[in-house]
Amino acid sequence: MSGLAALLADHTVRTVAGGAAILGAAAGVVGSFALLRRQSLFGDVLAHAALPGLCLGFIAAGARELPALMAGAAVTGAAAALAVLALVRFTRLKADAAQGIVLSTFFAAGIVLLTFLQTRGAAGQAGLAAFLFGQAAGMLRSDLWLTGGLALAAVGLILAFWKEAKLVAFDPTYAAAAGLPVAAIEIGLTLLVAVAVLVGLQLVGVVLITALIVAPAAAARQWTDRLGPMVALAALIGAAAGLTGGVVSATARGLATGPVIVLAASAAVALSLLAAPRRGLLWQGVAARQARRRLAGERVLATLDALARAHGDPAWPAEQGMLDAAHGAPAAGALGRLRAQGLVRPVAHPPEATPHWQLTAEGSAAAGRLRDARDDRR
Amino acid sequence: MSAFFASIPAMIVLTGALVGLAAVLPGTFLVLRGSAMLADAVSHAIVLGIIVAWLATGATAGPVQVAGAAAAGLVCVWLAESLAASGLVKADAAIGLAFPAMFAAGVLLINLNARNLHLDADAVLLGQIGLVWIETVEVAGVAVPRAVMTLAAVLALNATFVAVFWKELKLAAFDPGLAAALGFRPRLIGHALLALTAVTAVAAFEAVGAVLFVAFAVVPPATALLLSDRLGTVVALAAAAAAAAAGAGYAAAAAWDVSIAGSMACATGILLAAAALFAPGRGALAGRRSARAARADTDARALAAHLLTHAGDAGAEEEAEARALSDHLMWDAARARRVILAGLDRGLIRREGALLRLTDKGRAVAAETRAPHAGPP
Repeated sequence: MSGLAALLADHTVRTVAGGAAILGAAAGVVGSFALLRRQSLFGDVLAHAALPGLCLGFIAAGARELPALMAGAAVTGAAAALAVLALVRFTRLKADAAQGIVLSTFFAAGIVLLTFLQTRGAAGQAGLAAFLFGQAAGMLRSDLWLTGGLALAAVGLILAFWKEAKLVAFDPTYAAAAGLPVAAIEIGLTLLVAVAVLVGLQLVGVVLITALIVAPAAAARQWTDRLGPMVALAALIGAAAGLTGGVVSATARGLATGPVIVLAASAAVALSLLAAPRRGLLWQGVAARQARRRLAGERVLATLDALARAHGDPAWPAEQGMLDAAHGAPAAGALGRLRAQGLVRPVAHPPEATPHWQLTAEGSAAAGRLRDARDDRR
Repeated sequence: MSAFFASIPAMIVLTGALVGLAAVLPGTFLVLRGSAMLADAVSHAIVLGIIVAWLATGATAGPVQVAGAAAAGLVCVWLAESLAASGLVKADAAIGLAFPAMFAAGVLLINLNARNLHLDADAVLLGQIGLVWIETVEVAGVAVPRAVMTLAAVLALNATFVAVFWKELKLAAFDPGLAAALGFRPRLIGHALLALTAVTAVAAFEAVGAVLFVAFAVVPPATALLLSDRLGTVVALAAAAAAAAAGAGYAAAAAWDVSIAGSMACATGILLAAAALFAPGRGALAGRRSARAARADTDARALAAHLLTHAGDAGAEEEAEARALSDHLMWDAARARRVILAGLDRGLIRREGALLRLTDKGRAVAAETRAPHAGPP
């Protein structure tokens, strides 16, 4: 614990951890809306398209000035978004092809510009290459003010237009009927995704930032059906992932920040998919097993009951092998559970040595209730 | 022959062209099926497969690496598909979750083993096509770059697959419902396609890296789709576009001393932009031109029909005045002037002082416009 305290006292680590946590929280909030509006891959396009903009910003400013870099990234990101829209609108290409095209060619242009700067030995270009996978160590206090400010502004905007954003995310048609400027709000929400991408470029890098937008929201979605708690939880998960990645990569030498943050967020997703109440896979598995067992028990009970009634003897002993055959599967498990509930009991049926079962009085009553329920359904 | 294989520029362009040719074969069908972004996912996921295969067996090339990496690509697709099938997340989010996680794990493993590994994280993204000539193998007495041999083998594999399953691939791409009904197993075909994509991505990986591979797999087929409606022509055009991009990209890269693979990928994008703008018949410019022509034609017909309608009226004189068009056809002065000039050019109308009169040709056009199915009067 004292190790962690010493770590957090370190100036660089504090800057990085703080920045990553703010970024993660903002990405979680913005990403929740992106996830609901099925824009998960759009952030990927914007992020890859930011690379040429970073280089152009560097060329324009002549130095690694974060505001210039981010302005450049915003310009090429917007150009990429327009290019996707134009390809879908004016050609026969589908959205996924348009995204793949714009993503890869803009990224290629960025690589060309990056190597152009490299071969000319431009000072500080090493700082640009760090934008591929993100490098927490390169983060300055002044950078933190800019990215933190942008991130908080994005969150503030969402909170200010909460009701409108919610309605547009869930039911744009109704929102339009209610007189909301749906197109403007959709553009606004898309722009906020772009802002989250911009803010994350330095820490997470262009290649992986999309995961930080998708993952916390996808994890949070599993735990709740309500938007408010989902967004809050996504912010928390994003912040935790950012903090983890920031601290780990700032202390362990040679680990890129982006992958650590993304793996932390992915772990949260995996955990949520498995363990979230009601929706989680474990929960679903348990529920399915319970339903299967209940059904198997009811079937055995109904069979015993039908045999007993056919023989005019409520306690008629049925051979276990016959029950297996009737159900096409061993009935032993179901019989054991029914016995534990006091609905059946094993009986000897000499001269046969094989196990036999009969209904108890409670069993007969339970089978009767099942019969009534079935008749009601018909 | 050996001079060709000893030439470094020729080998680099050949490698780029082979990457393109091998990639467009599965790429065309992925674009047609609407799974272009799966190519992106696969090419990222193979990074984890390559590094895990290396950690497990020390293989830096060869069948073990290819198998391991291709398996990782398929695992990624399977992961995305089962996530989407579980209903817990939507399909797009499932892709956006699966491949970044695998890619991040791959990059971290590379970071951790940086000291004794043959690749660094930047090479993963960009490839090292400029260095393909260093490693060669002897083929019939000629030193051929290993990457060229690998890529040629993959190209042969892809070409065989596409040739053998042409009918199935075509049907599955255009009408998966019918393909399934006829027992062609479109899902199986789709998975085979992704497996081939993964194998191709592994072979191309050292040359062009993970992200730029997508440019080779998706952009030339998309370009070809803008130019042709016939699948055979599309595949041929895509291959031609990929090869042209490799050549042009290398020339540009050599001239400006920039990333060769990046430059080749840019060239594919430039070809696509050119096709989108200038494609005869369906490009954006052609579309705009034909829309303008259609509007001009409609206007000229409207003018002729207007004049014919009022030819026998008491107000014929008034209607035939040029300025009446602004009031009755709701045309502003500029448009009215443009239409009149076009009508004069086409010989539909002639001027008599301030009045417009239909010519014989104009009368015929007007009659045909008013009763298009009546036939010639």
